[in-house]
Amino acid sequence: MRWMWIDRVIAFEPRKRLVAVKNVSLAEEHLHQHFAAEGALAPCPVMPSSLILEGMAQTAGILVGSVHDFREKVVLAKVASATFERDIHPGETLRYDATIERMDDMGASTVGIVDRYSFVDNAWAPVGRIELMFSHLDQNRAGTEFPEENFVFGENFRTLLEGAGLRKFTRL
Amino acid sequence: METMMAKSRADIEVDVRDVLVDALGVDEDDVVPTATLKSDLGAESIDYLDIVFRLEKKFSTPEKPFKIAQGELFPENLMTDPSLVEGGKVTAKGIALLKTKVPHVDVSEFEKDPQIAKLPNHFTVKSLCDFTERKLAS
Repeated sequence: MRWMWIDRVIAFEPRKRLVAVKNVSLAEEHLHQHFAAEGALAPCPVMPSSLILEGMAQTAGILVGSVHDFREKVVLAKVASATFERDIHPGETLRYDATIERMDDMGASTVGIVDRYSFVDNAWAPVGRIELMFSHLDQNRAGTEFPEENFVFGENFRTLLEGAGLRKFTRL
Repeated sequence: METMMAKSRADIEVDVRDVLVDALGVDEDDVVPTATLKSDLGAESIDYLDIVFRLEKKFSTPEKPFKIAQGELFPENLMTDPSLVEGGKVTAKGIALLKTKVPHVDVSEFEKDPQIAKLPNHFTVKSLCDFTERKLAS
């Protein structure tokens, strides 16, 4: 089981850019706790910013992994910056637009734009901007041993990616 | 034909300071020439790659890209040869190699106590400025 925070890949430019969407649903249990009704306060379900960050990390991480056909173990190493300017509510669609800014054997830096579609406003609106650093684990071991198999892009993950529509873009 | 003015040392110092403020989230006032990246400014391993990427972006121009090769600024993987490090200490051969490969680091100070683990303590803000100035002039 892997926690997927993107539903579908909608655009892919190899080595450059990947765009994915996620539909936010009231069926997601965590929304009932974030934030639950308390005292006189009514419930206010909003998507936690940390999980928006995870969605971008998955989008950008898949993009970075795709450069070497998912042979490298790509791990999120640093959140260089993350700004959010509005809350995301159930029924809205998030769009993660990730671009590789720089990349070498050791890792990559990415810039990601998050926006959302509201069926109430019938419009896209900016949500935030997230800059990330990814490390190629095997190039940065610092004496630590890791398993040979690629536990980042394992079989389950590939199956999920196929379901998310990446197969038509890559050689998965 | 008009040519681009070369960056002065003062310009380089301001640009390097901006890079470190963005990469490490430190205050401008803390970025002084003698500050070490690791101990004084809190840099961790991935931050060195971040700094490399940001320096490349800051100092590249359409006419002259500023591309830093792996190990050129920070000597990652340079000291993996057993003849260069013995019992955690850099050998004379290793010291000679460092002087050639990373002249922007004050190796003469490091060789007084050449424990490999202490090498990052000799990477200062001045080291980055020296490296950048030399590379821009080459």
